[in-house]
Amino acid sequence: MYQYDDHDRRIITDRAHQFRGQVSRRLSGEITEEEFKPLRLQNGLYMQLHAYMLRVAIPYGLLGSAQVRKLAHIARTYDRGYGHLTTRQNLQYNWPKLTDVPAILDELASVEMHAVQTSGSCIRNITADHFAGIARDELEDPRPYCEILRQWSTFHPEFAHLPRKFKIAVTGAPGTDRAAVRFHDIGLRIVENAAGERGFEVIVGGGLGRTPMIGEVIREFLPKRHLLSFIESILRVYNLHGRRDNKYKARIKILVSALGIDEFRRRVEEDWEASRTPELELADEEVARVSAFFAPPPYETLPANDRVDGLVLGRDRELGNWVRNNVVAHKVPGYSAVVISVKKPGIPPGDVSDTQLDAIADVSDRYSFGHVVVTHTQNLVLPDVKTSELPRLHAELRALDLGEANANKLTDVITCPGLDYCDLANARSIPLSLEIAQRFDRIDYLNDVGDVSIKISGCINACGHHHVGNIGILGIDKRGEEFYQLMLGGSPGNDASIGKILGRALAQDEIVDAVEKVLGRYLEARESPDERFLETVRRVGFDPFKEAVYGTTDSLEAAGDSP
Amino acid sequence: MRIIRDRAIVEDDFVRVPDGAEPPAGAKPIVRLADFIVAREELLARHAAVGVQVSPDKLPADIPDLQRLALIAIEFPRFTDGRGYSVARMLRQRHAYRGELRAVGWVLHDQLQYLERCGFNAFELQPGKPLDSALGAFGELSVTYQAAVDEPRPLYRRR
Repeated sequence: MYQYDDHDRRIITDRAHQFRGQVSRRLSGEITEEEFKPLRLQNGLYMQLHAYMLRVAIPYGLLGSAQVRKLAHIARTYDRGYGHLTTRQNLQYNWPKLTDVPAILDELASVEMHAVQTSGSCIRNITADHFAGIARDELEDPRPYCEILRQWSTFHPEFAHLPRKFKIAVTGAPGTDRAAVRFHDIGLRIVENAAGERGFEVIVGGGLGRTPMIGEVIREFLPKRHLLSFIESILRVYNLHGRRDNKYKARIKILVSALGIDEFRRRVEEDWEASRTPELELADEEVARVSAFFAPPPYETLPANDRVDGLVLGRDRELGNWVRNNVVAHKVPGYSAVVISVKKPGIPPGDVSDTQLDAIADVSDRYSFGHVVVTHTQNLVLPDVKTSELPRLHAELRALDLGEANANKLTDVITCPGLDYCDLANARSIPLSLEIAQRFDRIDYLNDVGDVSIKISGCINACGHHHVGNIGILGIDKRGEEFYQLMLGGSPGNDASIGKILGRALAQDEIVDAVEKVLGRYLEARESPDERFLETVRRVGFDPFKEAVYGTTDSLEAAGDSP
Repeated sequence: MRIIRDRAIVEDDFVRVPDGAEPPAGAKPIVRLADFIVAREELLARHAAVGVQVSPDKLPADIPDLQRLALIAIEFPRFTDGRGYSVARMLRQRHAYRGELRAVGWVLHDQLQYLERCGFNAFELQPGKPLDSALGAFGELSVTYQAAVDEPRPLYRRR
């Protein structure tokens, strides 16, 4: 992974020093709370319902074991003994004291980490495929480009006061999008052109929130050397012309859809022709320098191991289920990637305790070259595990209460913090995810239902990505009571789609029943056990599901008084 | 009025001219863009140095005769309005504008370094904010990753 040199270290220590000064000017009254707010936000410090929240950046989700231990230490020392994995591969602390924040930033800096630009109207953490560097279907490792973009975007002077936040995701696996690149402000896919050259397909204007939109292609093939200059032009057009009068209409997706992709593209290309200079070109030597940090770890030469199938079908059912659901094929023979699911009954999705983090750091040192990856589904990945060691690893994880065999299954729910923490929320989302975890905590049922994603947001800001859940749940406020809308058919991947509302909103004591009815109808309607939930929904349409939930397919009836 | 220019506190030698008013003879006036457009030949003939103040929705192409201007002042209606950063960079890099580029309006200590990196060299701080301590802003981040007006080469070409 990337290692800081003196320059990188200086940048982070300067920043920590600068933030101390900003805090003291706030305390002296030299700057107002209004003026302080964007400063603290660009250092990751949010004000939530009950307390400050500090969001720590985990660039493209990649952590070394020493960093994981530091996160555990911070959770134990400055918080309530846990951290929360976010949908953008970051980790946030929900209970830090303002006065401790400079000390926490120093702790983070000691392991080459920070909280820079994890909130505010600026370029946020660059995210990537969580199987980057190891996926069999990958054309090229996207992480060197993520790191190049991280450095370019860090304290970029021109783009620190954008109309709104700006998120970039990169994937190097053209066939399988695990980074949701079509739902980012800019999505980058590493592709090959007809001449066999590598470059980027550039997608712009995707996003969730109040106005979900699938991004559109602005450039089918961008040579790599133009990466930074072209992205600067996109950002400049957005910075100059994006709406600033209404924060709900300020994302780039609104500008792209108002202008139309063709006019937006024309403006970007025009700016690019006028602004690109040889100095802005990304030099091959820099790509090579950064890529060297992501060189493969010292893998052993092992026979291609098909023991995975043996384990799935073996006598140890718990191990078999875990291997089947949580182990992913690796590009190197004899190795596997392992998803550590932190989703289990009784635990809010994404929460990890200090002891679990310490244990994961130890396990990663022994089994996976000391590397851990945070997924946007709020789980962790050990990327490089010898397939022959899977049974031993599973036994250890199980002893740590981290052996849940539910990756990508019904109970692997994504949720926002909801009304328990967030002052924007209309409804609680964590209790709902806990109820789902409890209701469906039967491995045979999970395996029967197969891959299905449930995503829950406590309000229309959509932090739980409900629009792209195969099953999406949105909390709404109805005359002061918490209600939930049920959506079906969303997908964040290559087959990107935005879910649609099934019918009238459901009360808190109806919603999980409704999910169960939808799943029951799927099991009846699917053509074969190989037809995934999403495929069935797309094939049969909504009527069978409306009928299952509302007892009628009459759309007016089912729509009820839903807002 | 005292301003920051080229990282030093100086007395402003320009005079703000109210909308539509006649600038005093011999002064270095700052006039609004609309007033400049209607009387630019006369202004440029009568005054040795003319400055123009623009709102942040104006692009360099909207400013006529910009190479003859001694000063361009870009307004920041809010400290979170980032348009002026892009306009400044375009003026410096694309139009090779060499005159004074001044940030005016809701301008604060914590914007100064980024503003300077985008090509501003003069700053009217929001009234009431201390100028002396604001001078410290310029060196707060001593290493920068990306190319900008102050440093055309990204860090990786300087490592």
